Amino acid sequence: MSAEIPEAASAEEQKEMEDKVTSPEKAEEAKLKARYPHLGQKPGGSDFLRKRLQKGQKYFDSGDYNMAKAKMKNKQLPTAAPDKTEVTGDHIPTPQDLPQRKPSLVASKLAG
Amino acid sequence: MKCFSRYLPYIFRPPNTILSSSCHTEADIISTVEFNHTGELLATGDKGGRVVIFQREQESKNQVHRRGEYNVYSTFQSHEPEFDYLKSLEIEEKINKIRWLPQQNAAYFLLSTNDKTVKLWKVSERDKRPEGYNLKDEEGRLRDPSTITTLRVPVLRPMDLMVEATPRRVFANAHTYHINSISVNSDYETYMSADDLRINLWNFEITNQSFNIVDIKPANMEELTEVITAAEFHPHHCNTFVYSSSKGTIRLCDMRTSALCDRHTKFFEEPEDPSNRSFFSEIISSISDVKFSHSGRYIMTRDYLTVKVWDLNMENRPIETYQVHDYLRSKLCSLYENDCIFDKFECVWNGSDSVIMTGSYNNFFRMFDRNTKRDVTLEASRENSKPRAILKPRKVCVGGKRRKDEISVDSLDFSKKILHTAWHPSENIIAVAATNNLYIFQDKVN
Repeated sequence: MSAEIPEAASAEEQKEMEDKVTSPEKAEEAKLKARYPHLGQKPGGSDFLRKRLQKGQKYFDSGDYNMAKAKMKNKQLPTAAPDKTEVTGDHIPTPQDLPQRKPSLVASKLAG
Repeated sequence: MKCFSRYLPYIFRPPNTILSSSCHTEADIISTVEFNHTGELLATGDKGGRVVIFQREQESKNQVHRRGEYNVYSTFQSHEPEFDYLKSLEIEEKINKIRWLPQQNAAYFLLSTNDKTVKLWKVSERDKRPEGYNLKDEEGRLRDPSTITTLRVPVLRPMDLMVEATPRRVFANAHTYHINSISVNSDYETYMSADDLRINLWNFEITNQSFNIVDIKPANMEELTEVITAAEFHPHHCNTFVYSSSKGTIRLCDMRTSALCDRHTKFFEEPEDPSNRSFFSEIISSISDVKFSHSGRYIMTRDYLTVKVWDLNMENRPIETYQVHDYLRSKLCSLYENDCIFDKFECVWNGSDSVIMTGSYNNFFRMFDRNTKRDVTLEASRENSKPRAILKPRKVCVGGKRRKDEISVDSLDFSKKILHTAWHPSENIIAVAATNNLYIFQDKVN
């Protein structure tokens, strides 16, 4: 079996192809970057961590809420950006977003 | 004589009753499972802040073939939802962890914790009650003293068994961040609670003070790069504990060296091949659980795709690595989008440290035999839970031709995740929490 010299593709293209073949992780990363081009430009670590540390934080401003209700007749509410940024004052919470505060008075179903 | 196979594959089957509920709310989702030190009791905590304790039936001579089943022993509301108005912070009542204390008298004690508060609960039995009071009648109504002509001594009479749970200590206001772990020390006098950035040491008797033993909060929060994900005391050495981080490292600390254990005694990290690094590398290396072996010689860590066993004497790499569900590597993009990549799976040792178990998706869970290097995938589902049924090994097909019994990666249900499992301390009995259902499987008896 004689060895064939491959077509002269650029070294970069070849490495990229190799990456995709050898690492499914890198292929997934490319997919993610294609969908969210701004992701990863801030240091990734602290973004996740800060989101994790802020779990449970719910902000409600009745002034914002009422202003938004008034504006709603003319304009559409701004929606949260599709990428993974924290929910801050841009997003107007509605009563549906707020947590339900009733405790569990019902016994666990595991207890039969 | 009962005997069970020492090596995989064990043949597991469900006991006669499966403990589960058919339709569930968010509050019913089980968030922690733990056997006590003898395996007689099994506790579960759920998102609604409730604890349910099961007790193993005493095996009677009449029903030799009926293995001890677990029946409900006690249930109580451990934590309530709270709202911290000052910080605008909702405090969930979800029970993050339950840890039992070793039994020292007739009562049972356990620690249960939510994000902010740890509570010590006493579970005790009452099977006698006093009767024959002078000033009260049988229904408890007060009697008119002028109608009492004779005195009698109240006597204790047997009554139907009543199991009461009472909160004995409340350890509050010591954590700014969310508690992820609690661990009872082998000295039985102290325990630790760990949140994202700090670990505190408590004495069981003292609720208004705790010692901070680890603090990794940076002076400037912008410089934050890692958080504490799990922590545990050594099973025998009361001065030693470990904690894991979101960067895939484990630190072992010795409390004899200094009051504040910010400087570790040992640092366990597997070197990473920089050419393999991707956006997902750090996320999937985050350790979700760390457990000492019963022998105290090894630690086991769980990250998103693997379980690793480390020898305490070797810091530069694990001695064993087991792939839990490597086929997910080609799904990381969608698992990131649906947040599943942040799921925190736990891992457990069996009583002899020869087999390790951890959960996966689609209600699958995996066992690895460290001696034979064999592994098995089992499923916790209603179909497999008829009495006398034997759990059949499952297989995920990665690509190419799918056999009849196999399931393809794309058909996996990622909402059915097994995050919490427990293994009886000495027998081959396992408890598997699948969302709101609790499955208890026992090894076949000869």
